[in-house]
Amino acid sequence: MKLTLKVWRQNGPNDKGNLETHQVEASEHMSFLEMMDVLNENLISEKKTPVAFEHDCREGICGTCNMVINGRPHGPQKGTTVCQLHMRAFKDGDTIVVEPWRASAFPVIKDLVVDRSPFDRIIQAGGYISVNTGQAQDANAIPIEKDLASQAFDAATCIGCGACVAACPNGSAMLFTSAKVAHLNMLPQGEVESSKRVLNMVNQMDEEGFGMCSNVGACEAECPKEISITNIALMNREYLTASLASNTTT
Amino acid sequence: MSWFSKFLGSSIGRKLLMSLTGLFLISFLPVHLAGNLQLLAGDGGEAFNTYAEFMTTNPLIKFISYGLYFFILLHTFLGVRIWLRNRSAKGSKYAVSSTGTSSFSSRNMAWLGIIIFAFLVLHLYQFWLKMKMGVLEKVNVAGLDEPVNNLYAPVEAAFTDPIYVIIYVIAMIVIGFHLWHGFQSSFQTLGLNHKKYTPVIKGLGAIYSIVVPLGFIVIPIVFYLRHAM
Repeated sequence: MKLTLKVWRQNGPNDKGNLETHQVEASEHMSFLEMMDVLNENLISEKKTPVAFEHDCREGICGTCNMVINGRPHGPQKGTTVCQLHMRAFKDGDTIVVEPWRASAFPVIKDLVVDRSPFDRIIQAGGYISVNTGQAQDANAIPIEKDLASQAFDAATCIGCGACVAACPNGSAMLFTSAKVAHLNMLPQGEVESSKRVLNMVNQMDEEGFGMCSNVGACEAECPKEISITNIALMNREYLTASLASNTTT
Repeated sequence: MSWFSKFLGSSIGRKLLMSLTGLFLISFLPVHLAGNLQLLAGDGGEAFNTYAEFMTTNPLIKFISYGLYFFILLHTFLGVRIWLRNRSAKGSKYAVSSTGTSSFSSRNMAWLGIIIFAFLVLHLYQFWLKMKMGVLEKVNVAGLDEPVNNLYAPVEAAFTDPIYVIIYVIAMIVIGFHLWHGFQSSFQTLGLNHKKYTPVIKGLGAIYSIVVPLGFIVIPIVFYLRHAM
């Protein structure tokens, strides 16, 4: 299949950047990333700079292959990452526009690569459990209702790719932060530090310059792991309780 | 108090204020509508003027009305600030944009809100300010010794003017769209997202955002048609 690609090229955070048009011949069995590899092979053979894009596992769990394809983070297919998107989702002769995540907190490093380190700092602010949780068998000895465990697991499937921020018209990171808060606060091991966790994580999220959730719901529609915005309601609840009712004053 | 100002200044704290002030305004609209529906009594404005006199002199209502002015301003001010912050947080726009499954209302709350505020300025200038300035003529109503302000007169004048009727109807439709998202969104912000109650809240929000603006729309249209016929 013959495709016209319009790819965002930007040399660095301060470069203005623009869309560059290329013709690519791909097979419909290729993944989107393999098609991008073909584009880069072509560029290298023409002695041009290949398009910088992130990729790692190529099986939908690392959260690095981040591109906005025709206006949608991770492309037109629901519940998948770019590496899981295949060219059969497109037609011969299609024009495909490929852009990086756009949010002030995620500045472009080069081409399609953005700096997602704000997410790392949100995790550092409280996305962990610091009390002694024992060995693996100790976790199995704690009774947890199946529904609750499933809910916590659903939240834990977040791969931190940032598609929620990319999709949000407000550049808000509340779906990501709430998934991490929900995952840990719902389980008994995480509950003991729940107040401190939600206060610190929300505080860090605000400091990173993300926008405020206005319950548009674009994030959950584009999330490759289909994380629900019920997690945001849970985070709001946890934050209100922690702010107003807990003894934590920081 | 530092923890409290930090809480109110946080993203979730600000959203909480938007939600609570919004819910207060939501509770106010049906009261306003119930009062306005007396315009249709067909008694030359007696019921409406009696009601207007009560609303402007009753101490409890006066107290609540100061709260109302304050919450309208707070909701507007915070809304604009959140909107500006969100715009700068988004930064640059996509060359190709997709709105996906999100509703028109949810993506345009700020614009809808600004239109509503502009209408409110006109609305208050036209009726409320005249009442407060005491420039209205006085009429006698049954049951009260003193003559009262004839607020019915400027209302009748406005509602028989086709341009004002059109502005009014458009403003009510805009309010309907604002409520379409605002009603259910305020509960989500409060953390009230529940398998059993959220569908009920969304259903009620949909009914409310259609029925209440429609109630307001009926009044000028009835006035206009009565006048035209």
